[in-house]
Amino acid sequence: MTLDLSLLPDGGMPWITASGPHADIVLSSRVRLARNVATYPFSSRAGDQDRRRVLEQVREASAHSELLARAVVLRLDELTQNERRLLHERHLVSRELAELDAAVARSGSAVLVGDEAALMVNEEDHLRLQVFRSGFDISGAWERASRLGRELGEQLPLAFHPEFGYLTSCPTNVGTGLRASVLVHLPGLVLTQEIGKVLTGLQQMGLTYRGLYGEGSEVVGNFFQISNQTTLGRTEDELCDHLARVVSHVISRESEARRVLSRDAGYIIEDKLWRAYGTLRYARSLGADEAMNLLSGVRLAVGMYLLGGVSVYTLNKLLVYSQTAHLSLAEGRPLTEIEANLARARHLRTALAAEAGEA
Amino acid sequence: MLCDQCKERDAVVHLTQIVDAEVTQLHLCEKCAAAKGIETTVSMPKHPLSDFLHAVQQQSAPALGDQARCAYCQTSLRDFRASGRLGCAQCYTAFEGALRELLRRVHGAARHRGSEYETPVAPGFVVSELDSLRERLALAVAAEEFELAAKLRDEIRARE
Repeated sequence: MTLDLSLLPDGGMPWITASGPHADIVLSSRVRLARNVATYPFSSRAGDQDRRRVLEQVREASAHSELLARAVVLRLDELTQNERRLLHERHLVSRELAELDAAVARSGSAVLVGDEAALMVNEEDHLRLQVFRSGFDISGAWERASRLGRELGEQLPLAFHPEFGYLTSCPTNVGTGLRASVLVHLPGLVLTQEIGKVLTGLQQMGLTYRGLYGEGSEVVGNFFQISNQTTLGRTEDELCDHLARVVSHVISRESEARRVLSRDAGYIIEDKLWRAYGTLRYARSLGADEAMNLLSGVRLAVGMYLLGGVSVYTLNKLLVYSQTAHLSLAEGRPLTEIEANLARARHLRTALAAEAGEA
Repeated sequence: MLCDQCKERDAVVHLTQIVDAEVTQLHLCEKCAAAKGIETTVSMPKHPLSDFLHAVQQQSAPALGDQARCAYCQTSLRDFRASGRLGCAQCYTAFEGALRELLRRVHGAARHRGSEYETPVAPGFVVSELDSLRERLALAVAAEEFELAAKLRDEIRARE
């Protein structure tokens, strides 16, 4: 089976449109729910046959769900390493489920991709359903995730304990199984060196942060994923509201930092950001992290109205499409690191030239 | 480039300072930057699980011990300590006492207050309720959780 991306509605990335509130600062809002089918051991303990049965049951159940009825089912155990990487670059599968370094993924590992929701099957938990929204829209994501959770819960015998709630493989997810997160771009806070205080504050508020690709990923390009740390003892609405309140505060701090930068260091910042744009327009070889940092600069320039004619939508697309698995797919073969760096620079300068009307 | 401060080590931190519209560039080595209280790295938070597992280690439940196993999937407390993952839904019942305390530490609460859907009952799964209560009683006694044991004993009596 080869991955036919044209089958994926919106490429599986409804957040990429940059149509949501505060989309220049908040790339996406996500709510994920972890659930398990009561009749099988958790994924790590389940045999291949059990894992395949879980997938079968989940597929049947999702056929009855409005949000996933027309979903595309991608069996990770039938995809190549590069195709699995590509799904990971789109945030559709976790590092764990994609098994990025393995030649073949475990039997029964799959992801169902619908217009507004996606469902990982046989990850750490049997079901990890997630809803992505563009910009700052946690309540929109929760509304849909809640609906999907109910639809699936009415079809599947889910592991539930009257006291502990929905049971998960790792007790850090038990209860609601809910992780709400926003992917935010905070270059202003990084440049004004306020970021340390903000991140410490988040942790004091019971929230946590990670890099662009979630658990275990590095912070690059000033992108931070902020999410709730605990899942038990509070209702889903309380968890989402709390995150939304804190994040809206972070957004105002970031906007304030940008005002300070343009007031106190206007020409320095302007010069820095135009240099980033210049490099992306003309460089011949760009590493993945370097490209991410330059795109961060251009994104800030657009957000500060220093640079016109580049849309946030294009910047969102470039973040994803300039990654190695996407470049490899476009070239039709796996790329070495050097080849990928050349292809990345070519892709970025072509796209930005087209955006500037110079194609 | 050498550090502006000590003039010995290589400068790795480049700081742009703006004082009264005067822009100055300061180049510091890691040591001098740290001495000035400038954070050079954004440290990632510890995985929440490491705190959690730490709590598991701290847990004094010698009576329950590493050998206690879940009757359904055979996962032992030792396995859980090693991997941080439970084996199946029944593990939550088998290790109920120890888990309740841990959940309280990790989440600050041990009772679910979120939603619950009408879920279809799994056929042939639930071991007879009485058997499961008896099993929980044995584990509670082994773990010296006498309050829980008394509650379970009363429940069993009421059903017998």
